Amino acid sequence: MNAVYVLWIRQLKRYFRSRARIVGSLGQPLLFLVALGFGFGPIFQRAGQGNYIQFLAPGVIGMTILFSAVFSGIELIWDRQFGFLKETLVAPVPRIMIMVGRTCGGATVALAQGLIVVAICYVAGFRASNFAGWPFAFVFMALIAIMFTAFGTAIASVLSDFQAFQLVMNFMIMPLFFLSGALFPLTNVPRALQIVAAVNPFAYGVDGMRAAFTGGASHFGAAADLGVLGAITALLLGVGSYLFSKIQL
Amino acid sequence: MIRVQNLVKKYGEFTAVNDISFDVDQGEIFAFLGPNGAGKTTTIKMLTTLLTPTSGSVELDGLNPAVNHHDVRKRFGIVFQDPSLDDELTAYENLELHCILYKVPRKVRKERIERLLGLFELWDRRHDPVKQFSGGMKRRLEIARGLLHTPKILFLDEPTLGLDPQTRNHLWTHVQNLNREERVTVFLTTHYMEEADRVAQRIAIIDHGKIVAQGTSQELKTQTNSDSLEQAFLTLTGSTIRDETAGGIDQLRQMSRMWRGGRR
Repeated sequence: MNAVYVLWIRQLKRYFRSRARIVGSLGQPLLFLVALGFGFGPIFQRAGQGNYIQFLAPGVIGMTILFSAVFSGIELIWDRQFGFLKETLVAPVPRIMIMVGRTCGGATVALAQGLIVVAICYVAGFRASNFAGWPFAFVFMALIAIMFTAFGTAIASVLSDFQAFQLVMNFMIMPLFFLSGALFPLTNVPRALQIVAAVNPFAYGVDGMRAAFTGGASHFGAAADLGVLGAITALLLGVGSYLFSKIQL
Repeated sequence: MIRVQNLVKKYGEFTAVNDISFDVDQGEIFAFLGPNGAGKTTTIKMLTTLLTPTSGSVELDGLNPAVNHHDVRKRFGIVFQDPSLDDELTAYENLELHCILYKVPRKVRKERIERLLGLFELWDRRHDPVKQFSGGMKRRLEIARGLLHTPKILFLDEPTLGLDPQTRNHLWTHVQNLNREERVTVFLTTHYMEEADRVAQRIAIIDHGKIVAQGTSQELKTQTNSDSLEQAFLTLTGSTIRDETAGGIDQLRQMSRMWRGGRR
């Protein structure tokens, strides 16, 4: 258990010591919020959909957690190349514990990023409807964080070089984000896009978080959001642990 | 303590370790020598659960590393050939993390860290992040870390590479003490023949994945009609220089430097 804790703390220390990483990773959400939020805001309003910032903010928060979580998982490749992974892999600690420690650490970092962006969204004019929704929103944020850290870890367990990272980003993470309903409502989009969103776990995360924050109706239904997210998270944790336990150096 | 029989490791067509067998007794210091790329590190990886052999059998303290990884991991400690520190953490934090992973009791933790950091003259720099350390300092820290817990078997994979004579002397004295007082079995590789000559009770020489000779230093010298171990080594392995496969690691380090400067 101590091993889980120490690996978790390690991840946090690395994050909080790297000011460049904290600031740098806020650039993208800020840009999305300002460019899209204020840029499309008037059109959104005229189309009768209400305040766009209000709609967009949960999507941008979700995005931050998604990217940060995947990146934390992928850091495994870094640790492999720079050798630190070896130190943990030969230690008399079950690999599942190492995986759990890393995942908790990565997920916490992603969640911290997400919370910073919540604050930024507040500055930009986003308002949660009531405070009762916050704990639920937090649960969804945490699930997104854990799910995609496990996903990143699973990917990083089978990739050994960093070149492949770009591939994963462009062909898996970007589509997950753009085809999720983070940026636009899913209600009136073409059927094909609706189907794609329905098989995208990230869409459920954003949907659930948005409903919890704004108190509006969720697209898939809150129970479906939670169920799908929970199931996929469990699945990815399982797959990630398995692949991690098979790592050879 | 270590028993290796007909061990083979193949990477596709390439055979890194080709049918080697040897035994290391309990309490023995055993040196595993060979030119670059001979298969030393691959062998150590198989002994330390990091790689599964293609065929053959390995036993550590009666256990098979490929099956009972967890029990095997409780029995050994290792100083790796390549760096394995966390650069973002401080020297002290790296050692503390190791202590926790290896379940060194909290009470002795502080005292041991202090003693080893003192021994390798890093105590004054204990709160500096490792990324600010020079190559030699990192190496010293790595060795200090490997000695934090007292395992049954200690693997030292070229531990003295890039160290000054003072530190090397400290290291071997410490290792010999561990061996004498705690009966720690030591399995080491090195390119410095005089070190192997000084500390090892038995030596095996590996080349192109095969063991070409094994015995005491004296036996190897007699076998090859040489006065020194170095000469015996050269006679056994020839004098051509081996290329190590260029690692992607070097490329990655380059890239990381770019990254840190540019985007992170």
